[in-house]
Amino acid sequence: MIVIVTIWEIISKTNLFPTFMFPPLLIPNEPGGTTVLGTFVDGLITGQILEATGVTLGRLLIGFSIAVVLGLTFGFLIARYKWVDDTLGFFVTALQSIPSIVWFPLAIVWFGLGNLAILFIVAIGATWTMTVNSSTGFKNVPSIYLNAARTLGSSGTHLARTVILPASVPHIISGLRVAWAFAWRAIMAGELFGAAGGLGYLLDMGRSLQSMDLVLSIMIVIGIIGTIMDNQVFLRMERNVSRKWGLGT
Amino acid sequence: MKVNLEQVNKTFSKGKDDSLHVLNDIDLKIEAGEFVSLLGPSGCGKTTILNLIAGLDHPTSGEVIVNGEKVKKPGTDRVVVFQQGGLFPWMNVMDNVTYGLLLKKMSKKEAEEKAMEGLRMVHLGNFTQAFPHELSGGMKQRVAIARSLVMDPDVLLMDEPFAALDEQTRIILHQELQEIWEQTGKTIVFITHNIREALTLSERVLLMSTRPGEIKRSFTVQAARPRDPSDSVLVNLEKRVMGELEEEMEKVLKEEFGDDYRFKTSAVRDRNRDHMGDHI
Ligand SMILES: Nc1ncnc2c1ncn2[C@@H]1O[C@H](COP(=O)(O)OP(=O)(O)O)[C@@H](O)[C@H]1O
Ligand SMILES: [Mg+2]
Repeated sequence: MIVIVTIWEIISKTNLFPTFMFPPLLIPNEPGGTTVLGTFVDGLITGQILEATGVTLGRLLIGFSIAVVLGLTFGFLIARYKWVDDTLGFFVTALQSIPSIVWFPLAIVWFGLGNLAILFIVAIGATWTMTVNSSTGFKNVPSIYLNAARTLGSSGTHLARTVILPASVPHIISGLRVAWAFAWRAIMAGELFGAAGGLGYLLDMGRSLQSMDLVLSIMIVIGIIGTIMDNQVFLRMERNVSRKWGLGT
Repeated sequence: MKVNLEQVNKTFSKGKDDSLHVLNDIDLKIEAGEFVSLLGPSGCGKTTILNLIAGLDHPTSGEVIVNGEKVKKPGTDRVVVFQQGGLFPWMNVMDNVTYGLLLKKMSKKEAEEKAMEGLRMVHLGNFTQAFPHELSGGMKQRVAIARSLVMDPDVLLMDEPFAALDEQTRIILHQELQEIWEQTGKTIVFITHNIREALTLSERVLLMSTRPGEIKRSFTVQAARPRDPSDSVLVNLEKRVMGELEEEMEKVLKEEFGDDYRFKTSAVRDRNRDHMGDHI
């Protein structure tokens, strides 16, 4: 980390590239000049970066929630009905392999350039992995749990809520994690094109203003958020479940 | 009469025109309060019979009648203790045991009191907050037994509940199960492939033959309780059951290895001394 930062600083100060293309991270090249850290802190203070982060996370949360609800529903239907598995289940594998940004032209035609179009590609980017993972989870509920619950008097929605869903939790969590990663990539792509606020939009603005310090600051924010979600939220969730259930170590 | 199977056949279809005839004309009558063991080699259809009584599966032909009513689906009058217990790993012991009680529209407080009662019966009153993976194999089976008992079923169905346990634990649980049976007077259908286990626990042992599964012989066990494996009644009975089984095993082995296979009875007999009859 330190090595990378040092090398960066040195390259930046050699004037091999103009400062706007290769801005210094910490120490300004000329007195009062820009640094990535400076822009980062400024952006946080003036609220520009914070506001964009808020917009992005808000969209992400909505799009992701839609994807999770749809994914769980589709997954349940695929696991429950053979004909859904034969039709939708078959398509989902194909749909899953389409990068979500490919949907963007369609999204613009359907929803216009803006929030809805971005929400659409976030949701569609995460829905299919969620569907695949949850249907795998639902299909592989050990029959001993189902039989035990049924002899104790459970059936229908009670069985789904108290046995099928919790027994699938490990699969669902890994589904959430991958779906989140897809949604995260989708929203960046969407906002870069979408021009309606958010981190991706700010990134595009940084590019057109030729202000690489802003671009790099935003990249740092994106990296931090991605890492936090993956390590702090999903990994922790996975570990908690395996500890509580005694899975793995 | 509690449980009554009349001319029950069960065939599993495997693929298009291949099918497996697992149960052949099973007639089975079990009286209220009886402790009956179904004994037979693996794959002879013991679990299938239990599933039919539990209502988890349906006979291809014939009738399964419990308490005078035809069995159509699972019901809390017939609860199963599975070999691996079947405890829900995402619930602690208390939630596992109250699961069925809360479904009976019992209040949470009442259910927990009843669960405590059941857990004390299997000596696990101090483990209500533990999760299944924190318990030993024997403790898990105790919880599974408690979970079934609190439902106050008419018939308790047990599918090789102690097969995965070490011998010491098994002996202790045999003791506890006998006590529970004497205290509650439940009708118990117990599945095992262990001769000595069947003889130690039950009033009656039904010996099954394989391919297709039939009830070959019925032995009444008239030994005093608590039972001692060295009791001469049990020792003699064990020899007789062994004799019947050898025939059956020879049939199975010949099928698997060809007609020239000679079954060495003495080898099995000697091994049997040290292994609690757990050899089929
Ligand atoms: N759902 C099923 N589908 C197909 N075959 C089955 C099914 N359940 C059991 N069998 C077969 O039926 C036979 C008897 O099984 P089972 O009743 O489990 O035997 P046991 O409990 O005596 O070991 C076995 O050969 C098994 O492979
Ligand atoms: Mg079995």
